[in-house]
Amino acid sequence: MKVVVCVKQIPDPADPGALDPETKTLKRDSKLILDESDSYGVEMALQLVDAAGDGEVHLVSMAPNNEVSGLRTALAMGAASATIVSDDALQGSDALGTAKVLAAAIARQEPDLVLAATESSDGYTGTVPAQIAELLGLPSVTFAKSVAVDGGAAKVQRQTEAGYDEVECPLPALVSVTAGVVEPRYPSFKGIMAAKSKPVDQLDLGALGIDPSQVGWAGGGQEIVSIEAAPAREAGEVIEDEGDAHERIVAFLDDLKVL
Amino acid sequence: MGLDKIWVFGEVAGDDVASITLEMLAAARSLADTVEVFMAGDGDDYAEQLGEHGAETVYSTGDLEGGLQGVAVASAVAAAIASGDVEAPDAFLLGTTQDGRDVAGRLSVKLDTSVITNVVALEVDDTLIGSEPVFGGTVDVKTKNTSGKPGIFLVRPKSFEAAGVGGAEADTEDLEVPDLGAVGAAKVVNSHAEESDGPKLDEAAIVVSGGRGLGAPEAYVMVDDLAKVVGGAPGASRAIVDAGWVPYSYQVGQTGKVVKPTVYIAAGISGATQHLVGMKGSKNIIAINKDPEAPIFAVADLGIVGDVHKVMPKLIEALQSR
Repeated sequence: MKVVVCVKQIPDPADPGALDPETKTLKRDSKLILDESDSYGVEMALQLVDAAGDGEVHLVSMAPNNEVSGLRTALAMGAASATIVSDDALQGSDALGTAKVLAAAIARQEPDLVLAATESSDGYTGTVPAQIAELLGLPSVTFAKSVAVDGGAAKVQRQTEAGYDEVECPLPALVSVTAGVVEPRYPSFKGIMAAKSKPVDQLDLGALGIDPSQVGWAGGGQEIVSIEAAPAREAGEVIEDEGDAHERIVAFLDDLKVL
Repeated sequence: MGLDKIWVFGEVAGDDVASITLEMLAAARSLADTVEVFMAGDGDDYAEQLGEHGAETVYSTGDLEGGLQGVAVASAVAAAIASGDVEAPDAFLLGTTQDGRDVAGRLSVKLDTSVITNVVALEVDDTLIGSEPVFGGTVDVKTKNTSGKPGIFLVRPKSFEAAGVGGAEADTEDLEVPDLGAVGAAKVVNSHAEESDGPKLDEAAIVVSGGRGLGAPEAYVMVDDLAKVVGGAPGASRAIVDAGWVPYSYQVGQTGKVVKPTVYIAAGISGATQHLVGMKGSKNIIAINKDPEAPIFAVADLGIVGDVHKVMPKLIEALQSR
């Protein structure tokens, strides 16, 4: 079974991001890391291939300058190979542009199953998985909290507003997974060493046969009209607990007459 | 200047129209001359409630027989527009829900138009503009669709106030789902609802949420107890949902529920961006955390720097004894 996992490489969340006022894009000049949300998909893929008894996990990512530092983390976890798509024309791509690029890169792999996170930690549009599925003509099950493959079909527990649905879907298919679907492994030392020599295919738009006018700022179909500081919430009183803080909370609730 | 027509994606919760749908209808009414709803299922069941909230027409697909809404609804809408059976609206509004995001993603590909996500406010210039909070709500970004095609906007729950306007029952029209083939092959075989006693998380006047600072899953009982004694709903940060301490239905945040209660009590929650986005709109926020530098204190009306294991039991006892 061949599983392709979409992974995003993002600026370290510990290093707060900023929007570049000139280009109106997220600044990505610091080193990129594997989006933690994607580590669940990578782990899920590795476990499904293990359970199937054969096959491999391939990663697909889009990032500037053939950035692979985040991909190496996922390769160190056990993925076999990766594709990185970079092209100057991709700057400013919206979710649909991103999906077009990832879909074209995924199609070359002819996977049985495509996994993605439900949303990235930095952009969180949460629409890319459904867009990729539509572009590839695949059925999709999004917001999975459990995934198993049995007899050529995916069996998925899909989160709903009320609880969850059990969904069955014949392969090939796309499934987006929530954080918590599995516990991602830490890369072993051996895995980290092995990752350095695993194959990473570097592609640009020409190699994927995508017209640059379809993606990036040119193909975006949306324009940022303003970026403004939001009105800040006024900070209140902060006190140190001296053993009687609960009385302050009770008084606060009494003042509001909510009890 | 307003728009001619907006389509709102209709969703259902239990036997009623979901709040997110009614909220979007309120927003749409102020932005466009004509507001219509498109939805899965049988629109006749909801025409009265949707009409009361200002929808003139409800387009519905009928029973999907286990099929998922995303692919079916998007395909039906695209087919109806392509055939000329219905005139395309100027914009689509969908809720930031599981099915809303599925429909939006699929529809954006079919119409080759972009999706503007996480919208909390809308305004009309020459076209519809959506406002999205980023970086934990410290920055507002306004975005418009410039493709010349109908824009798709994913609206966050609780961004608008639902309000009936006494409208007449909406007209109902069929929205035929074309033959989907393999792409429609995913089927729901069973549904599970997670029941809880007390008030619902996104409707409760008081929400008590716990986070990693509780230290261990057993300590969550303090959150439950406090919620019970104040008549509120228990919630959680993503960290402890991911860790499996409580189900996803408890999660407050960017992923999870958006809550705007009268009082929000955050116990052992540091206040990551992902969490703040889901609770910053609360009218009053009380935070208890050991770390005086925790970001949650920047939004708290009353911040207690202290150990939740000491403060919470005393608080619960004090309230129980009243």
